Amino acid sequence: MNPKPKIAVHKFASCDGCQLAFLNAGEKFLELAQLVEIVHFVEAGMVAPDRPVDIAFIEGSISTPEHLDHIRAIRGHSRFLVTIGACATAGGIQALRNLADADEWIAGVYAQPRYIRSLATSTPVSHHVKVDFELWGCPVNTPQVMAAIRQLLFGVMPVDEHDKVCMDCKRSQTVCVMVTQGVPCMGPVTRTGCGAICPRFGRDCYACYGPAENANSLALGRRFEGLGLMPDAVARRFLFINNAAPVFAEAGRRWSGADD
Amino acid sequence: MDTILGPECMNSNEKIQGWMPRERFDELFGALSALGYTCYGPQVRDHAIVYARITSSGELPRGVTDAQQPGSYRLTHSEGGRWFDWANGPQALKPLLFAPRESLWRVARDAQGRLSFTPAAERPAKIALIGARACDLAALRLQDQHFLEGAYVDEAYAARRRNLLVVAVNCTRPASTCFCVSTGDGPRAASGFDIALTELDDGFVAEAGSPVGGEILGTLVFDAASRVQVKDADEAIAQGAQQQVRSLPSRNLRDVLFDNLDHPRWDDVAARCLSCGNCTSVCPTCFCHRETEEPQLDGTASGHLREWDSCFTQGHSYIHGLTVRAATRERYRQWLTHKLGSWHDQYGRSGCVGCGRCIAWCPVGIDIAEEATALHGGGK
Ligand code: SF4
Ligand code: SF4
Ligand code: SF4
Ligand code: SF4
Repeated sequence: MNPKPKIAVHKFASCDGCQLAFLNAGEKFLELAQLVEIVHFVEAGMVAPDRPVDIAFIEGSISTPEHLDHIRAIRGHSRFLVTIGACATAGGIQALRNLADADEWIAGVYAQPRYIRSLATSTPVSHHVKVDFELWGCPVNTPQVMAAIRQLLFGVMPVDEHDKVCMDCKRSQTVCVMVTQGVPCMGPVTRTGCGAICPRFGRDCYACYGPAENANSLALGRRFEGLGLMPDAVARRFLFINNAAPVFAEAGRRWSGADD
Repeated sequence: MDTILGPECMNSNEKIQGWMPRERFDELFGALSALGYTCYGPQVRDHAIVYARITSSGELPRGVTDAQQPGSYRLTHSEGGRWFDWANGPQALKPLLFAPRESLWRVARDAQGRLSFTPAAERPAKIALIGARACDLAALRLQDQHFLEGAYVDEAYAARRRNLLVVAVNCTRPASTCFCVSTGDGPRAASGFDIALTELDDGFVAEAGSPVGGEILGTLVFDAASRVQVKDADEAIAQGAQQQVRSLPSRNLRDVLFDNLDHPRWDDVAARCLSCGNCTSVCPTCFCHRETEEPQLDGTASGHLREWDSCFTQGHSYIHGLTVRAATRERYRQWLTHKLGSWHDQYGRSGCVGCGRCIAWCPVGIDIAEEATALHGGGK
């Protein structure tokens, strides 16, 4: 019998929330451990960052000089490299510093800024090494991660779920919050995967799953203006968890006046 | 007045019509549940009128009406406390029959590698839907045509359809987004119902549209409606028809659309459109779906899932290695040229029944009637 495929879960600049898609999976996590050998996953107690693996999951953005070396080393000994979450896939909320003077922020936040050594930018893994598949979300969820693993174990690339949140919102028979309440829902430009959880609880989507395919952020931004949002408020809808994703960054620049 | 209502409008005087006093309405729930039906009806939920499980008239949207505009739906108070004084909500009957998401079959692999397939066990409840509108019934007719009358019968749809009973309520207060008069589909429910009601202040004029509808009305032993009551009901519907402000430029836009595939309006609408699929999801006639696998983690079994899709998704036009309609311009053009164009070839009529849902529930308020008018050569 073939040896079990090996997987690793690595952490970069992140909150650790995406790793919970594994750790909170309950029985599924045990089932997974039957199917694969988990060789490195610090939060679960396995520490072997340098062992070659079949699938390396990367949580977190590239934010320090050490991260640059570390991510290249992982790429070198991983057959498939899959990013999990907004940080690894788009730079995360911490990429907001890309729009500001990072040193100034560090000086403003830390009493002893000289102990902080970070890059001026927070960037997605794909800016540094080849990424085979990206799982969006802040955080990613268990069914999403397990579905990707299952497909990789079948020997196929996972299906890229990139439709808009609106499609799942309607399939779940949720009444549209933007149309009935005039709140600035990001669903029409946001990638599905969460099951439209915010609209199902009566609030507007805030785009934690990043941009959907063919997202028309300019048309949605104009609609938000029509709903009465000031330009700055429109900009903040886009400059949030996935602020560095290009179509959101573009809308953000436009409504924050950075394009003028 | 009959000409306004269109040729499908029956002369109500030829029908036997009963009078259901308002305080006896709940007997209808009793009669339906005695026949084994679970009742669904309009209720206020999450700032809209939606069809949901209902057991008494107390749950109906009393004294509520809907103000609909492109991209906007608001409930407001309506004088007089009627129960059906609104036009429609985000969905017609479609989700009850063409499920937004359902498992069609399951496949499992045994230790020897043999595959076995099990169809989803479909034992649908008997559902009586109270409050269907004329446009909903016209759309139901089209969905029947699509799912039941082609070369392949859709089993899941058919099983639910057999168990559906429809109590229509004629529209007396269309929304500003309604244009069923122009498509010839309302506001009077012409056919496809078991019972049809028209609401007046103190009760309902009731008529049967099927043998079972007739039996139900028979068991309730209502008096015949008076000539005045019938006249008031007819006038209320006719007034509703006159209130409609929108229209399509023609009932058959097939040639106009296909002669204008390079019209600049397609670029104009593509700049506004979010390609979000809300229009197709609320449209009561749209039937596109996608099928995917939901494999179990250990890889030994998989559910075969069907769910609503839309011509506004990338996957809708994906064929190995190629997305035929990558841009919104092509996707919007597909929606309109199919709905208002090639439906005529496929189903003998346009796919639009004038319910206005795609106008109100479009997050950016794109108006199909306005777009069609512009493409037709007029409009803004
Ligand atoms: S609530 Fe948001 S996600 Fe849902 S349909 Fe409306 S705009 Fe789309
Ligand atoms: S195209 Fe729009 S107005 Fe026509 S039936 Fe569909 S949702 Fe209703
Ligand atoms: S389109 Fe016609 S039948 Fe449908 S809700 Fe409006 S008025 Fe009623
Ligand atoms: S027309 Fe409106 S509802 Fe339809 S895809 Fe475009 S933006 Fe969405």
